[in-house]
Amino acid sequence: MPEQLVFAMEVFTNGLMSGVLYALVALGFVLIYKASGIFNFAQGVMALFAAMTLVGIQNGQVPFAHLINAIFGTHVHTFGWNISSAFALILTVGVMILLAWAVQRFVFRHLVGQEPIILFMATIGLAYFLEGFADLMWNSEIKTLTFCLPGELCLPQGMNLAIDDAAYNAWGVGFFIDNLDITATLVAIVLVIALVAFSQYTKQGRAMRAVADDHQAALSVGISLNFIWVLVWSLAGFVALVAGIMWGAKSGVQFSLSLIALKALPVLMLGGFTSIPGAIVGGLIIGVGEKMFEYCFGIGQCFGGVINLGGATENWFAYVLALVFLVFRPQGLFGEKIIERV
Amino acid sequence: MFYREAGDFKKTYSADNQTFPIKIDRVGYYLALVVAFLVIPFVINDYWANAILLPFLIYSIAAIGLNILVGYCGQVSLGTGGFMAVGAYACYKLMTSFPEVNIFFHVILSGGITGLVCVLFGLPSLRIKGFYLAVATLAAQFFLVWLFNRVPWFYNYSASGQINAPERMVFGIPVTGPNTESWATYLFCLVFLVLSALIARNLTRGMAGRKWMAIRDMDIAAEIIGVNPLKAKISAFAVSGFFVGISGALFFALYLGAVEVGEAFGITKSFLVLFMIIIGGLGSIFGSFAGAAFLVLLPVVLKVVGVDMLGWPTDIVAHLQLVIVGGLIIMFLILEPHGLAQLWRVAKQKLRLWPFPH
Repeated sequence: MPEQLVFAMEVFTNGLMSGVLYALVALGFVLIYKASGIFNFAQGVMALFAAMTLVGIQNGQVPFAHLINAIFGTHVHTFGWNISSAFALILTVGVMILLAWAVQRFVFRHLVGQEPIILFMATIGLAYFLEGFADLMWNSEIKTLTFCLPGELCLPQGMNLAIDDAAYNAWGVGFFIDNLDITATLVAIVLVIALVAFSQYTKQGRAMRAVADDHQAALSVGISLNFIWVLVWSLAGFVALVAGIMWGAKSGVQFSLSLIALKALPVLMLGGFTSIPGAIVGGLIIGVGEKMFEYCFGIGQCFGGVINLGGATENWFAYVLALVFLVFRPQGLFGEKIIERV
Repeated sequence: MFYREAGDFKKTYSADNQTFPIKIDRVGYYLALVVAFLVIPFVINDYWANAILLPFLIYSIAAIGLNILVGYCGQVSLGTGGFMAVGAYACYKLMTSFPEVNIFFHVILSGGITGLVCVLFGLPSLRIKGFYLAVATLAAQFFLVWLFNRVPWFYNYSASGQINAPERMVFGIPVTGPNTESWATYLFCLVFLVLSALIARNLTRGMAGRKWMAIRDMDIAAEIIGVNPLKAKISAFAVSGFFVGISGALFFALYLGAVEVGEAFGITKSFLVLFMIIIGGLGSIFGSFAGAAFLVLLPVVLKVVGVDMLGWPTDIVAHLQLVIVGGLIIMFLILEPHGLAQLWRVAKQKLRLWPFPH
């Protein structure tokens, strides 16, 4: 097999894997959008917040240590203990549920019935608030995230040697796949199956779908909108936590995490805001698309390097693709048809 | 007691239709102009100019531009930073290519160029709406910043990849470059701000503005009563781009002097200007000023209180600032979706009846 082709395949596979990570973030958007019609811009920052909280709890950081020190002139930084990942995970889920409740109680309960664009801007405000809050709470240093479940089940790092060896034996060229990406893919599959099962087979899940269909009809059959919305935001918080763990383990827990999550927006536009399969397919398309585009035209590896844009096309490719795509199909691949009435 | 329209008789239709129909408003407006043009230039110093006045003037222009697009025409844009970068780079290329032309025309021309670019990215708005469009404008933001980073022609092949404003004179007084005096740059920006505000105000209360507002309130209904959505949306993008481009050019040439595009015109700039018009008031020229003033002053005040008075580390203050800005945005959207401008209107309404409300 020619070397070029193997490289291209490698890029393709890695694109698929990073697409899975985009899809993970996008999932959280879809959940909230379906149930409440809110386009939650803060999903990325929620992932950052979740990851920071997890690391902070693991390392026994004192919340708001900097602020406390500044006000009272003390020097507290850590409690001096380390908490196991599993327990920290449970605590973090608790924090995310609390956050969901607070968001619902203090922000969106007051904005019921407003135009979608107002809600959207409120979530931008929420994103800023959360970002500053997370930095205040856990300070803004870049943190490394190591996550181990009981029984030495850690998130793996580095490349997968087995695949590399197999490829080397077969084609004489190595094949790089990050172990973490494989794990992330598996986790994402499990998560999606769990979410689908939840929304299909449990009482709360059915109520959630009813709310997504029609708020007023759901209210009239006795479903509590407030409860469902808190539930949905908690679910989105949980998805954000998973995405935050995966991204955080990949590139460190830092501010850029919330920027990567911006990439989930074009994913959604491709897939349609209301479709979970759409989020996944959109994520894969964007992931593969931007990696292949960068490989082919960004650094000029295809067609004899006729087009070489000088790299870093990943910054904008996803958005431009979504923009061009939307002009032809405004509701996305799997979105519901937009019907407009006066 | 003092704020009355009683006794202020209008004899012509145009007098009745003027921007400030109440005499005390009119007096206040002229007084503000006099202070801005004739008093501040004599008392200004470098700190005030660079920390507060210049950013306020320049962001006000950007906010007016964005307000036309978002507040009047209802097309949410997150690409303001990118469009400001277009203005800045257009101005730089014009300044270096045609050094003999007055910089005044360069700034206006860069506004025009930005308007064209803005129209290009606004074309999809005919098909996509709401936050779909908002996300689509992110394409403009990221693509433009990347473009100015990667194509050396834009920064004249300089080794650092930065653009630096060369020295340019207006009436023999330098307004750009290292040897400027704060009053000169202040006046230069002020002229642009006053002109922009005048143009914007008159556009928005005329035919064009009414069409934009019709599109904003309900585009299909507007189309049915005969507003051409293509023309209305495209013209809103063009005018908005014009003002945003001017502000970008001024931001680069007069305020920063040297620009690295990712830093100066990144996505945070887009959000900053958007926040200005949300806090100030969507669909209000006064709101653009109020929002710009608020968000320019807030970090300065926080820094004075937090760092200088309380002695907190700067990073805590920076994080607190994010929390406060985010919280304020949410608060405004909940309590007063029309922002500071609406508070101002309510206050004036109360003042008219004060001290004897019915």
